Amino acid sequence: MKVDESTVRNIARLARIKVDDTQARTLEGELNGILQWVEQLNEVDTEGVEPMTCVTDMRAKMRKDEVTDGGYPEDIVKNAPEHTGTFFVVPKVVE
Amino acid sequence: MSKLNDLTLAAARDGLRTRDFSAREITQAHIDAIETGNEALNAYILPTPDLALKTADIADKNLVDGEAGPLEGIPLGIKDLFCTKDVRTTACSHILDGFTPTYESTITQNLWDAGAVMLGKLNCDEFAMGSSNETSHYGSVISPWRRNGSNEPLVPGGSSGGSASAVSARLCLGATATDTGGSIRQPAALTGTVGIKPTYGRCSRWGVVAFASSLDQAGPLTRTVHDAAIMLGVMASYDPKDSTSVDVPVPDYEAVLSGGVKGLKVGIPKEYRMEGMPEEIEKLWQQGIGWLKSEGAEIIDVSLPHTKYALPAYYIVAPAEASSNLARYDGVRYGLRVPGSDIIEQYENTRSEGFGSEVKRRVLIGTYVLSAGYFDAYYLKAQRVRTLIKRDFEQVFEKVDVLLTPATPGPAFALGEKSGDPIEMYLNDIFTVPANMSGLPGISVPAGLSQDGTPLGLQLISKAFDEEMLFRVGKVIEDAAGTLPEPLNWWSIT
Repeated sequence: MKVDESTVRNIARLARIKVDDTQARTLEGELNGILQWVEQLNEVDTEGVEPMTCVTDMRAKMRKDEVTDGGYPEDIVKNAPEHTGTFFVVPKVVE
Repeated sequence: MSKLNDLTLAAARDGLRTRDFSAREITQAHIDAIETGNEALNAYILPTPDLALKTADIADKNLVDGEAGPLEGIPLGIKDLFCTKDVRTTACSHILDGFTPTYESTITQNLWDAGAVMLGKLNCDEFAMGSSNETSHYGSVISPWRRNGSNEPLVPGGSSGGSASAVSARLCLGATATDTGGSIRQPAALTGTVGIKPTYGRCSRWGVVAFASSLDQAGPLTRTVHDAAIMLGVMASYDPKDSTSVDVPVPDYEAVLSGGVKGLKVGIPKEYRMEGMPEEIEKLWQQGIGWLKSEGAEIIDVSLPHTKYALPAYYIVAPAEASSNLARYDGVRYGLRVPGSDIIEQYENTRSEGFGSEVKRRVLIGTYVLSAGYFDAYYLKAQRVRTLIKRDFEQVFEKVDVLLTPATPGPAFALGEKSGDPIEMYLNDIFTVPANMSGLPGISVPAGLSQDGTPLGLQLISKAFDEEMLFRVGKVIEDAAGTLPEPLNWWSIT
């Protein structure tokens, strides 16, 4: 599979990263290089092999469904580029 | 007495307990070393001398009162991937400009609870994505090592390049590091230091800036195997705040150091003999085999047939997870914000300016392999291959106790030497990535020098949660290698 410049733009849009024309062309070459290289995985017969979901043989622990943390909204907004009280401020989203 | 920052962590611990020197004195010795040496090495991006001295004074009080923790008064460097309360943490990315956590990572909290002193935050590749520490927003880290007869700056490896450079140059007694595809072991090998990536789940990932969550694991980087054993014993813990943290007891790693290798079965995986591998790496490997054999280990040739597919599978899985983890950097909740005409453009501008080119490359690859229509062909395929890679190890560990391999395909390279081609850079991690893909612990131990006089390391891989085996066998390699030369101090301004 090969990506073209418009695919690069589409991926960049999905990833919310602005790319200009020069960057899109550079990325097209780089991404194709990487994608071609990873395609050697097609040599491996994975018929009937389960995809890995967890690398350790562990069972997720159950815990009580109770609140154990929170209650400090000032801390949460402390690093925000812009906030009012304990609210994050963003450009207008809904007209 | 030698300079206090020349001591091993173990010797410093003993000297502090017998009050040969104070925590303040050994901390000050390191602060001085950082002041005179950091400009040339760029290992620390944020030294915290005032905080260090304040903590050292508390440590001195505890030492006098007989209430010393296992690391009381030990000055350490902290990779900038670990969130530290009220101390700026950026993962060396522009997008986390000024981010000052209001909480402490579990691992660093364990260290402070044990009495350790923080000297500052260490440079690394941006979001730990790199093998040379050339992708940091704060500039490249320089290795204290140079080739014989050359002044050309060399990379310390990456992504924990600041940790490796600082430990090697005596700017701390030990450092925290993280390893997603080799980021502890590869820089350790290139700087003549010891680095262990524990089993996935051994150390809590809570409060560590996430790169690829199924692969990320933190560990120590130190100057000796003994020091690594001491430090990991404190860093490791079960943590309910990390759902992948595993609830198993942390053994006394120091107790196994003198265990030796007599009667152990050491596997030599033939697939690690790569085409075009420099002769000096093969020689080092054979040397290591010889050492273990003469100490009474049984050497067994084994096969891990899917080894060559670990790296390409990694470059699907890791970017996929990274693209998801890094979605949180949106210019709304923390860090950099670059305004735009609407919120979408604000996201795009922020992420375009905030991420460096390697991070962007990986986020885009990750977005692509997870996108509709490609998920099965790339991501699921890679996860199936990952199952096979893990199965290879499981089968081999029915026959052997530990595996011995080279740590890297070559010695440290010069700045800029490999930054033109992403894949050439990725190949640095060819021997380290399989352990991450399988969740297994691995250690890199200095074993010799290249023909240019720069360090080379050997890697040991063991069964899950058998870090004791790595310390035990690692100590035998360290002892057999003897005292290796130290880098000549060119970096301190006097």
